[in-house]
Amino acid sequence: MARRQPWEIGLEDSDRLLAEARNQRGTSLWADGWRRLRMDRPAFVALIFLMLFALGSWLTPLWPLRSPVRSDLDRALAMPHLDLGDSQYLMRVPVEQRPTTAQIESSYWELNTIDRGLIRARLALFGRWQTGHWMGTDHLGRDILARIAWGSRTSILVALAATACSLFIGVLYGAFAGLMGGRIDNAMMRLVDILYSIPFIFLVIFLITLIGDHRTLLEERFGLDRERVFFVIIGAVYWLTMARVVRGQVLSLKNSEFIQAARVLGASTTRILFAHIVPNVVSVVVIYLTLTIPAVMLFEAFLSYLGLGIEPPKVSWGLLASDGIAAINPLRIFWWVVVFPAAAMGSTLLALNILGDGLRDALDPKLRGGR
Amino acid sequence: MTRFLLRRLLWFGITLGIVMALSFFLMHAVKGGPFDGERQLEPAIERNLEARYHLDWPMWKQFLHYVGPLNLDQQGAAWLTGGDGSRTFGGVLSGDFGPSFRYRDFSVNDILAESLPISALLGFVAMMWALALGISTGIASALWRGSKIDLALRLAATCGIALPNFVIASFLIILFVFLLPLFPVAGWGNLSHMLLPGFCLGLVFAAYISRLTRTGLLEALSQNHIRSAHAKGLAPRTVVMRHALKGGLLPVISYLGPATAGILTGSLVIERIFYIPGTGSHFVNSALNRDYTLAMGVTIVYTVLVYTLNTIVDLAYTLLDPRIDLEEV
Repeated sequence: MARRQPWEIGLEDSDRLLAEARNQRGTSLWADGWRRLRMDRPAFVALIFLMLFALGSWLTPLWPLRSPVRSDLDRALAMPHLDLGDSQYLMRVPVEQRPTTAQIESSYWELNTIDRGLIRARLALFGRWQTGHWMGTDHLGRDILARIAWGSRTSILVALAATACSLFIGVLYGAFAGLMGGRIDNAMMRLVDILYSIPFIFLVIFLITLIGDHRTLLEERFGLDRERVFFVIIGAVYWLTMARVVRGQVLSLKNSEFIQAARVLGASTTRILFAHIVPNVVSVVVIYLTLTIPAVMLFEAFLSYLGLGIEPPKVSWGLLASDGIAAINPLRIFWWVVVFPAAAMGSTLLALNILGDGLRDALDPKLRGGR
Repeated sequence: MTRFLLRRLLWFGITLGIVMALSFFLMHAVKGGPFDGERQLEPAIERNLEARYHLDWPMWKQFLHYVGPLNLDQQGAAWLTGGDGSRTFGGVLSGDFGPSFRYRDFSVNDILAESLPISALLGFVAMMWALALGISTGIASALWRGSKIDLALRLAATCGIALPNFVIASFLIILFVFLLPLFPVAGWGNLSHMLLPGFCLGLVFAAYISRLTRTGLLEALSQNHIRSAHAKGLAPRTVVMRHALKGGLLPVISYLGPATAGILTGSLVIERIFYIPGTGSHFVNSALNRDYTLAMGVTIVYTVLVYTLNTIVDLAYTLLDPRIDLEEV
């Protein structure tokens, strides 16, 4: 057999090469992004923190916390101090005077079935033991630790629901405009431009006062309570940027070379849409989502601070911050009313921002493969 | 240039029309008028009040009356003319926002004339502060890229973006008013009243500006003309200040439009915390009190303000960056 030059490929080699090619796997955008996110230490820590925090917050009814709503004026504005809670106190109280299961269950607002189940699990696990005032109490003697934990649920729920709302509207609108192109796209984006230059905060405040008046009607006829309407309104404000981002991405993808290549290779329209366009849009959407969630949380806090958001007896971080500001006075500084809610809110928002930045770096296709 | 301005003007008219219609009909859809108080008014008085403010008219007529200088009043009610019979209700288009429903003896124009300069001054202080702090830290962070200073400044900027301004305000009040009595706690009057609220209001924007300056400057520094500037022996200071900063600050300038809108929004809260008698605090109260004309007046004035500033920013941007064509904006 004559010696062959290395670039001359015989038939017997092609099988080997094909097998080699089959074993080679391209890194997908997600695997690549995940690898890079794991290398980005702060962003990864933020991700872990947020996951644990969200889980802990969802399981709030399971923790042996005090009631977030029951006030105890004898202990108003008590300093935070670490103790083992009321176990000894409960021991000394005769059995018939201890808080009953029903009392513990009734010390919240109306809860859904899952939360009631969690509270029963808590009673089974911890009995009637409660934490002490580890973070002090507010001006009505309500435990701040419990209020932060229960408030985190509201704030996270509002943030997620409103973001989902903005995601739904924004992606549909942006993708439609981007795919249609031409005159329709132009008109749709003009509308977005107009809405952009309206100071939305004012309209939101109008809308929320409006809802306040029609709430019984909304609740009876449509089963919408104020919170749900609140999600929809915030979502309806935040979809604009999402629509722009998605539209821009779709438009640039539509004309890109690899889509043309896929078309030349005979891929069907649905395949192009779901195998090529959707994954590339999703990465942009995910990046933008992690930056929308903190913005929405801030907005909820802002509205709750103005007295237009979540209503007592429910708590949210915005309400807690507002209570904290109300407790500031020149005679005595009740720092714990301000510091702990602010720390909870600040650390969550900080983690979300760091994660958003990290995701942007990790999923940016321009940086792929490098590092 | 003229075409650009004309087109902007057209869109401005459309935007303003939408804002006026939306806010008018939303506000009037709210149940309960501006005169619902603790005490039930006598029906005759209530009728008179409604007639005085035209609340008994059909909605479309009220709207037209509010918008334009149209005389729709058949009766020629006496209050329409002032003492000398010269002044009639003008409507928004002639710059008259009508009487306030809550503050009886004031017109919305009076209230705006009193409170708008205060808010404008506060916003100006906040903006100057944000620009000074943001640009200087951004430059420092870009020049010492990757160093500890850069890391610390970037972390501080992320914190500034993450924390809501009223939380920062409450910390600062505890620190600089009660623990170290340097500033007055609230109110408005002299320079010391402005510093703390201005700082709180501007901090978020300082953080954003710092980030934008950092990325903008880093990109500008990697360009060829900077290398030539270094090569011909210019002092590093001149290279950065004269040549790199010019291109590096362009993203900051385009951010000024959204920042203005953000400062207006933020002032709603800051004015409440520091008891500043500005427009923002009036707005929240008026929306809650159903003071239709005042709430709408503030909304319209702010829309005009944001739109005008955005147009100026776009104009400045195209003048500074010759690569961008005004016709394409």
